[in-house]
Amino acid sequence: MRNRNLWLAIIGLLAVFALWVDFSETQIAIDFLGIRREIRTVLGLDLQGGIQILLEADVPPNQPVDRGNLEDTRRIIENRVNALGVSEPVVQIAGTRRIVVELPGVTNLEQAVNTIKQTGLLEFVDAGAAPIPEGTTIRTTLDVSPTETVPLTGTPTLTPTPALTETAPITGTTPVSPTERVYRTVMTGRNLRSARPQLDQFRQPEVAFTLDAEGTRLFAEYTSRNVGRYLCIVLDKKVISCPVIQEPITQGQGVIRMGSGSTLADAEALAVTLRYGALPVPLKIVDTRNIGPTLGRESIHRSLIAGMVGFATVALFMILYYRVPGILAVLALSLYTALVFAIFKLLPVTLTLPGIAGFVLSIGMAVDANILIFERLKEELRAGRNLALAIDYGFERAWPSIRDSNISTLITCAILYVFGLNFGASMVRGFALTLAIGVAASLFTGIWVTRAFLHVLLDRISVQAHERWFGI
Amino acid sequence: MIDIIGKRYWYFALSLLVIIPGLIALALYGLPLAIDYTGGSLMEIRLPPGATVSTEEVTGVVGQITGFNVADIRVQPSLQGTLIIRTREMDAATKTRLEEALRSRYGEITLERFESVGPTVGAEVTRGALVAVAMASLAIMLYLTFAFRHVPHAFRYGVAAVLALLHDVAVVVGTASIFGKVFGWEVDALFLTAVLTVIGFSVHDSIVVFDRIRENLIRYRGEPYERIVNHSILQTLDRSINTQLTLIFTLVALLLFGGTTIRQFVATLLIGMISGTYSSIFNAAPILVVWEKREWRTWFRRPAEQPVH
Repeated sequence: MRNRNLWLAIIGLLAVFALWVDFSETQIAIDFLGIRREIRTVLGLDLQGGIQILLEADVPPNQPVDRGNLEDTRRIIENRVNALGVSEPVVQIAGTRRIVVELPGVTNLEQAVNTIKQTGLLEFVDAGAAPIPEGTTIRTTLDVSPTETVPLTGTPTLTPTPALTETAPITGTTPVSPTERVYRTVMTGRNLRSARPQLDQFRQPEVAFTLDAEGTRLFAEYTSRNVGRYLCIVLDKKVISCPVIQEPITQGQGVIRMGSGSTLADAEALAVTLRYGALPVPLKIVDTRNIGPTLGRESIHRSLIAGMVGFATVALFMILYYRVPGILAVLALSLYTALVFAIFKLLPVTLTLPGIAGFVLSIGMAVDANILIFERLKEELRAGRNLALAIDYGFERAWPSIRDSNISTLITCAILYVFGLNFGASMVRGFALTLAIGVAASLFTGIWVTRAFLHVLLDRISVQAHERWFGI
Repeated sequence: MIDIIGKRYWYFALSLLVIIPGLIALALYGLPLAIDYTGGSLMEIRLPPGATVSTEEVTGVVGQITGFNVADIRVQPSLQGTLIIRTREMDAATKTRLEEALRSRYGEITLERFESVGPTVGAEVTRGALVAVAMASLAIMLYLTFAFRHVPHAFRYGVAAVLALLHDVAVVVGTASIFGKVFGWEVDALFLTAVLTVIGFSVHDSIVVFDRIRENLIRYRGEPYERIVNHSILQTLDRSINTQLTLIFTLVALLLFGGTTIRQFVATLLIGMISGTYSSIFNAAPILVVWEKREWRTWFRRPAEQPVH
């Protein structure tokens, strides 16, 4: 008796907690044992509309991609994406050579792609008689105020490739004082046609480059007059390298010798920078998904209705067919729904359409344990056992079936989850996760909660007088 | 007492009646694979109310803008009144141009979704799908053999459950092939999810029946195997049907009221679930009887030599 009250108390507390989580406003943070958690419903792109882009390193498939370079690339893209003003962009590394970009609420795919693919501003700067140390942030004649942000629509005329947004300084730009020296920009990356790493006759790494017609003219003019002086390669106002001009370059092609101790990989990195602007790893788009905002909104609305109709039908069926135990099962099912939603919010689980389908499906499954038990219960009662004993027997004998069958579903979920790790099948992951959570929660509510309810009921009613309540 | 086991060959025949047309369709048309596996682009647009367009006309516009061959373009109206355009992989700039061309021609169209999958991603998903199916089959067979290790001939239960499972896969895949031809269904990553979920549930149902056989074998020791199996099926029939009903309720609710993009997924699940319950009752358990009595020895003999019932 005391034990049962304890059970009821635990179930009651759990229900209150779950309901509190379910109905609390978004963005509430709870402090519990030092764990801070924001309670909020996370909606997938298919429910709120938006764009998802998968970028892959544009290098031969057998060539490994440096983790650090990939991380730098990710950060640069994140900065670019932030310029779009998206509320919660996600830029993540996926696997060893891919980056996923998620832009909730964004509808213009082309603009998003251009923002991601834009190249940084590459300049060749006249440094004069002394080299500028690598990594220094400088000011150039091209743009006197590098820290000033330019409106989204203002395309500066000198960006190397047409881009929709101004290329904001990407790597941590420290503000410079107005009195600082302004270096003259000789040429920008726009005039660069190609750049590739190679070894010279002494097996020293270098970067060979070729220029277009305008670049050839500018370079010939400048280098002829400045032999022995330094020409710095500057990316987004940050000095990358500062080679000395050893001879005039008049034919539109030349080499940049790397410093002593440099490797071919360094030359390659520089060549990549010259070719692609800012990104240390060249990227190509391998997958895009774009969900219109109306479809997303409609999907939420529809899923909500489908969930309610599904729940109501199952509840009605259980009550009509199993009577009093049916009512208890529906109570347990309500707790189940509240609990699972609370888990979704706490983890948090990103809700997608297949995920919601998994959840609604798990409502149907959650009562399966109840049905198995109630059918056993009926059998035991028909066999003439008294009710209290029949309940215990019913539960005990239904347990192996419930255990075995749920384990087989959980195995399937685990395999589906792994399959869903493939980018193109990411929708599958949501389904596997919600179904697995549902199955696990249903074991709890379908067995322990229903059982506790039944026993509490038995303590209060006379069994023989109410056999019809049990649908025998 | 209802005699399910006695009519077992009728139920096998019914299964074949459903499976064979699907398999023929599969042999003739193959599976309508979606861009998830093959790579390519899909654009779904909603036309302004009242606008009527012919798919040929839209195909023409798409071909003109993208420069793709007509063979690489498929335009199809969906059941939700939208238009689905499938092509080879197209980039964001082409997509914008296509949208503008359609807009200038048909008025204010709404872009519902646009998906573009590169060939490498498609190949990966395909590989992942094959691995997933193999893993699921293996894991379930192992688990069943383990769960029924104390029952004589545990291996038979594993095989019977897997045969029932293959039955459901055949039903679902065959249906997909037919519906692909008739309604323009596509087999995407979610289709595979539906298949694997159906597999999980099918085994779930088989387990419940087998579990009862396991229990009854001990309780009614000495009774003919056939009768024990029949009795076990009948005992679990209420449960099987009721569980099936609750699942059907939720799935039908999703089908009628749920999100439109997962409608085909839900329909596949529904077909698979019904098939799963059927196969566990009418195929999996009867197969055990066929095996126990080694009936295949009588299949190809003259009727006169058949045992008298």
